[in-house]
Amino acid sequence: MASLSFPNEALRSLIDHFPESSLLISKEDLIPYSFDATATFYHAPLAVLFPSSIEDILWVLQWAKSNHACILPRGSGTSLSGAAVPQKNSIVLSMTKWNKILETDPDNLTLLVEPGITTQAVQEEAAKFSLFYPPDPGSYKISTIGGNVGHNSGGIRGLKYGVTRNYVLGMEVVLPNGQVVWLGNKCVKDSAGYSLKDLFIGSEGTLGIVTKVLLRLIPKPQERQVILASFPTLEAASEATSAIIKAALIPSALEFLDQKTIECIEAYSPAGFPKESQAVLLIESDGHPQAVQDEIIRISQVLKQYGPLEIKIAENPKQQEQLWSARKVAFSALARKAPTVLLEDVTVPRSSLAQMIHKIQQISKTYAVEIAVYAHMGDGNLHPVFLGDEKNKDLMEKVFRAMKEIFLYAIKLGGTVTGEHGVGLAKKEFLAYQYKSEEFQLLKNIKKILDPDNLLNPGKIFD
Amino acid sequence: MNKLSAKHSLLSLDSTIIQKCIHCGMCLPSCPTYQETKIERNSPRGRIALMRAIAEKRMDLTASFAHELYFCLGCLACQTACPVGVDYKTLFEASRQDIEKSKILNNPLRLLARTFLINYLFLSSRRLRTFGRLLRIYQRMGLDRFFKSLPFLPAKLKDMLAQIPSIAPHFSFELIPPRELPINTPTRWKVGLLTGCIQDLVFSKINRDTADVLLYNGCEVICPPEQGCCGSLHAHNGEMETAERLAKKLLAAFPIEELDAIITNSAGCGSHLKHFSDLFPPGTFWRKKAEAWDKKVYDIHEWLIKIGFSPPQAFASTNQSHTVITYHDACHLCHGQKIKNEPRTILQSLPYVQFIELEESDHCCGSAGIYNILQPEMAHKLLNKKVEKIKKTKASIVCTANPGCLLFIEKGLKKHHLNIQTIHPISLLAKGYKLKDTWSSPFLQ
Repeated sequence: MASLSFPNEALRSLIDHFPESSLLISKEDLIPYSFDATATFYHAPLAVLFPSSIEDILWVLQWAKSNHACILPRGSGTSLSGAAVPQKNSIVLSMTKWNKILETDPDNLTLLVEPGITTQAVQEEAAKFSLFYPPDPGSYKISTIGGNVGHNSGGIRGLKYGVTRNYVLGMEVVLPNGQVVWLGNKCVKDSAGYSLKDLFIGSEGTLGIVTKVLLRLIPKPQERQVILASFPTLEAASEATSAIIKAALIPSALEFLDQKTIECIEAYSPAGFPKESQAVLLIESDGHPQAVQDEIIRISQVLKQYGPLEIKIAENPKQQEQLWSARKVAFSALARKAPTVLLEDVTVPRSSLAQMIHKIQQISKTYAVEIAVYAHMGDGNLHPVFLGDEKNKDLMEKVFRAMKEIFLYAIKLGGTVTGEHGVGLAKKEFLAYQYKSEEFQLLKNIKKILDPDNLLNPGKIFD
Repeated sequence: MNKLSAKHSLLSLDSTIIQKCIHCGMCLPSCPTYQETKIERNSPRGRIALMRAIAEKRMDLTASFAHELYFCLGCLACQTACPVGVDYKTLFEASRQDIEKSKILNNPLRLLARTFLINYLFLSSRRLRTFGRLLRIYQRMGLDRFFKSLPFLPAKLKDMLAQIPSIAPHFSFELIPPRELPINTPTRWKVGLLTGCIQDLVFSKINRDTADVLLYNGCEVICPPEQGCCGSLHAHNGEMETAERLAKKLLAAFPIEELDAIITNSAGCGSHLKHFSDLFPPGTFWRKKAEAWDKKVYDIHEWLIKIGFSPPQAFASTNQSHTVITYHDACHLCHGQKIKNEPRTILQSLPYVQFIELEESDHCCGSAGIYNILQPEMAHKLLNKKVEKIKKTKASIVCTANPGCLLFIEKGLKKHHLNIQTIHPISLLAKGYKLKDTWSSPFLQ
């Protein structure tokens, strides 16, 4: 256990300061905090703290500084990059009990929440006022807003509605130096200097501890329609997607699933995906009923030019819901295929989709590694899923080589190594390829300014 | 360790079962204990991480682990939520078996209670009935009320006494003959009827209703008078070898070959009864018998839908107002056996009834076998939540298909002074049939 290498008296002072109910230190308590949703990364923390106030957070920051420990702010631990996996001498700061809605302001269309609230609870609160919170990661039922902010999480509606960043108006942050700052406000416009809140969005808990978040809500779309189109090849589905974008059609979701993915999600919960086709596009249009009608017709016309096997429109909200729920479990369902599944999220400009998909197929063959693909196709965000086995070293070696080649190709196409999962531990190695050295240095400098003692989630994004 | 125990131990379990968990966290929102505490060890993926640490010898089986596995309700909601298909039930039962073998939780009181309940009382139908008769006398004499009124009895003991359900005036064998034929309908099927242990003592009326419903739908009913507990209680509580003994008793009691189906009306039992073959090593005599058995076990709702049951008739002349009813999914029916629609279809077929969906109907009510006795605090938190949701439906009847849930929810409703009845869906269906005429068995008084 990690605590053996850590001075006992230091740990003692931590234990003495907090009540037993808010500090977990036993082996049985720590093992369940030694991972997030990413395969292959495991490390138990020194302790897990459930802070009950800002003062608790300030105290533990000071304690960490004095004892050369570090702090990992954590939500529900569903990160897919290893960002929420503890490193040496980490104290996990669990924010899951800070899950209250502090203020709903329907006059300004804002919602002030604590960071531990789930994405679903935010969506439900918005819906009570006929409002809408669009970011929708696959783990929305349990992922927290704090975690979403930390990763700038996306989801299936990114194409039309953007990602978490587009819905954060402000936040309260505890800085590593112990200052508590409020960044942002309820205004729609704000040009007052640097947009500091934006620094913390996607910072993976490396710059500050977010303790409140002010979210922007939008009116709920009146109508939605879902198209399910199946294709004989992956390339045909990719080309159809690029053509939809080129026609300047922006549906609220444009998802791609390959045959392997369909097979697995149908095995978990049959939702009516055609199991025999090579690729499927799941497209949603929302908004004013007439506009939706018009968009559905125009999208169908484009699809028809790319030789679809079938185009279906979901008949009722229940069917739509079934398709989307099934789509959201894609990653976990793919774990039916192999003992270890690694999910990546390379993103490329949308005109290059067919090229990228083709390359993935090629790499899969070259390295003899099975790769399933599903994608937020409409925003160029691909999810190649590598089917491996942690116990088979040769296979894992091949998986990592295939993965690297995919990352490098995405960068070559002008893409990014991560569209929505963040860098964490998993993509640290590849970030340097994406940035020029002076750009990479700029990233590191920001960390140095805000967290000179490297107290917050060290070793994530870069070393 | 014999072959059976080897299968039911973390150390010798097929390692692919445990490795299947990719700790994605999709189970967290479904887990009642995690939702209450927000602590990872109280979640399915947290518990599996601990099991894996034990299986891979990175951690010893500790008392703390043992307590965790008894803090788990075993409701299997995580199994429904898991997109990967992790077999939590097997992991859970293996862990509890290891815990009991290690004797790490043993203390004199626990040992006494377990020995009496699990290894003595529930082992024989005669003992259970004798115990039932004694309890019946105790309750008829009003001694239960007397004890409850004693000011010097500790509150905890009083609460435990209050948990003892009312014993029915008749046992199942006094209400159901060993063989019964449909009267006004041709016989289409021949089925065995399981009368259970708790049902036999407390809900023999539900067993009678089940027989009535089967007869009405053309099933000849075979109901051996000596059946006893199916061993589900034992399997869930780390006593696999006893579970095996009890399974053998049941396998011998029924003429499996002659039957089209073997029917249970208790969710918790059904989820165990359908997997008897897991208890025996492949190739053995008992395994073969159990395999034939497993194929024929049906939950009553599942069976009725399969054979195309006759919905009760409504009579235009009856000027009855609609009764609002709702339905609570027993964990071992919806999660353990994936039976969700069938009971609803049956309830919605009833005349003069308005069916309202219960919010979070598939969340555990806290009863969970003997969990409500072992972990009263958590159990009552869940019960209160359940009662709140039931209240919201404004129903006057809540249906559920498990004796534990029926008793526990009834207790919760009473505590909140709510005038809402708890009824098994099949009893309601039987009532629906009786609206019509006098077809019911003359055996029923």
